[in-house]
Amino acid sequence: MITRTRLAAGACALLAALTAGLAFPAGALAGEPTGEDAPKVNLVLDVSGSMRARDIDGQSRMAAAKQAFNEVLDATPEEVQLGIRTLGADYPGDDRQTGCKDTAQLYPVGPLDRTEAKTAVATLSPTGWTPIGPALLKAADDLDGGNGSKRIVLISDGEDTCAPLDPCEVAREIAAKGIGLTIDTLGLVPNTKLRQQLSCIAEATGGTYTSVEHTDELTDKVNQLVDRAAAPVVTPVATEGAAACAQAPTLKSGLYTDREEFGKQRWYRVDVEPGQELRASVSVGADRAVNPSYGVLLRAVTTHGREIVRGESAGNGRTDVVSTGLRYPKAESDEEDAPAEAVCLQVTQSFSAASGVQTTPGLPLELTVDVVDAPSEASDVASFGLGRGWWLLGALILAGFLAGLVWGWLSRWRVAVWRTN
Amino acid sequence: MWITRVLSTAALMLGLAASPAAADSTPSPGASEDGSAPTAAGTSFRTATEIEQGQTATANGSAGDYLYWSFPADAGQRPTVSATVKLPETHAAETWQIDVYDGLRRRQACQYGAQTRTAAADAASVELACVLRTVRAWSEPWANDPLPGTYYIRLTVVNLAASDLGLPVDASVQVGSKDIGGSAAVDGSLAHPLVPGAGAVSQGGEEESTKEALLASLEPSGGWASGWWSDRWVWTAIGGMLAALAGVGGYTLTRGAGRPSRVPPGA
Repeated sequence: MITRTRLAAGACALLAALTAGLAFPAGALAGEPTGEDAPKVNLVLDVSGSMRARDIDGQSRMAAAKQAFNEVLDATPEEVQLGIRTLGADYPGDDRQTGCKDTAQLYPVGPLDRTEAKTAVATLSPTGWTPIGPALLKAADDLDGGNGSKRIVLISDGEDTCAPLDPCEVAREIAAKGIGLTIDTLGLVPNTKLRQQLSCIAEATGGTYTSVEHTDELTDKVNQLVDRAAAPVVTPVATEGAAACAQAPTLKSGLYTDREEFGKQRWYRVDVEPGQELRASVSVGADRAVNPSYGVLLRAVTTHGREIVRGESAGNGRTDVVSTGLRYPKAESDEEDAPAEAVCLQVTQSFSAASGVQTTPGLPLELTVDVVDAPSEASDVASFGLGRGWWLLGALILAGFLAGLVWGWLSRWRVAVWRTN
Repeated sequence: MWITRVLSTAALMLGLAASPAAADSTPSPGASEDGSAPTAAGTSFRTATEIEQGQTATANGSAGDYLYWSFPADAGQRPTVSATVKLPETHAAETWQIDVYDGLRRRQACQYGAQTRTAAADAASVELACVLRTVRAWSEPWANDPLPGTYYIRLTVVNLAASDLGLPVDASVQVGSKDIGGSAAVDGSLAHPLVPGAGAVSQGGEEESTKEALLASLEPSGGWASGWWSDRWVWTAIGGMLAALAGVGGYTLTRGAGRPSRVPPGA
């Protein structure tokens, strides 16, 4: 009886242990130990007077946008916090001052109540001005907080009517805050000027620009952008490189962002133990109009200023980033407790701003640092000194044959000598 | 071909398992876990969509987007990246380009293939290709040789009329690779393939490695090659055996043919 109880208890304990063992990895996955917050998306819709134009699949732009929004609201993934902001929805008058402040949060960023959001969208009717710049600033504020990915989707049918605040520069400033916000823009039946302005806004934040001429295109694109926001990505850590190695911040393995102004250099330090390999790569983004020839140089330098290895890259023409990388395997040391070497990483870029383009804030810079174990140096060009090919076989056969002949003659000669003796 | 067959038969007779590199060369198209090819592309190195060799990945984008994918390539492989872009019905002439970068985001040269191609006005599609150099197991840190690890593909339009900016396009990319084998085998190997984020994962240990967002997580089907195997072992072994045979042959030549003829049988 006692034995049976013990057996049962043992089995229970074993089962519990197994369950715990099985449950643990699943729990770790679901619990997301990274502390990543929910992705946030803010849809910014232009509700200016021009949205009345009936040129999208025979219906008005506004109707097309409403239809698309309804479909998008249905398809939005559960984990995404979605908000809707309007611009030019409330003030129908002619006063520029008032018209250019006309932006409102139609549906707050947060867990989505589809019915409520749809009802809110249904109330919209084309009204006022197109204050894109102020709307973007407010939209960025709406998304404030949390470390999940943040995305603004701007849908407009006309360029900003509230100069001198250039929406493109507003976008660049928002990006420079380092909150990891992307602005994607969609132009409804765009003209040249709108296309230019919206693509400039998208470029400034690493987003995309799309021209829309049909309702289904609009739905598909907005859905795609919301899904993109929901996809898990590695969020880079903001850092600030120094002007010289001595003051440079020490980085560990990870992904970092920084800003680098034109003609300036950025220094970082990484500690590399003997028997480790440093792998670093850098990409500098062109977030504004730049001249067509550009380059980037990443150097690994000792604290005494000797260059160890460099990575360089140059290009011309249209680009989003120019990137390069390097690796530096540090040899094993014979000494016990050999100290880690501080390797200085220097980043310089040779972008030049096109005329009339603001040079501040600096260009976005992304730096990855990986310190991994390194194996010993290779000793031979060929794999373990092995050979291959017909020449090798021929040479071996010939050598073997000659060796056989010589051995044969030698033994005959020895036999002959032995006989004569 | 005959040679290869003989050599591989010899390899089998010697009891050597098929090389991991050879096994990697032709992964089945449905090799991914869920069996479906990705239908979206990333827009930066950080968000690149991971694809496996042999898969055809598709994506809808707009002219002007920078579309990124990444794929793993192992030592001894010579990857070929091909892309097809379906263009809108009406458009002016536009130039498309694919660039390939390695795990350190260093641009990799294409040996041949139309890396950049201009589509004539109203052309329905444009096809691009890039044949990379053979991936080596090891190279000096100062060299730009392709090494085992993650490779990035960037597809974009480099020249287009302002009126075509933002028009919808459909892109599809495919990566295949040819197994070059022992002729590209070198001594040495990397402790870790050039996979971005490897340092962060190894530092964080178990807890970090379960995190969902990784810069790159795909491996070649069958895992990364350890780097010690190449068909050079077979060549060298066969060479040694043939040399031994030739040695015996040379020796017997000097001894004449067997017993001397004048010795009577039964002596």
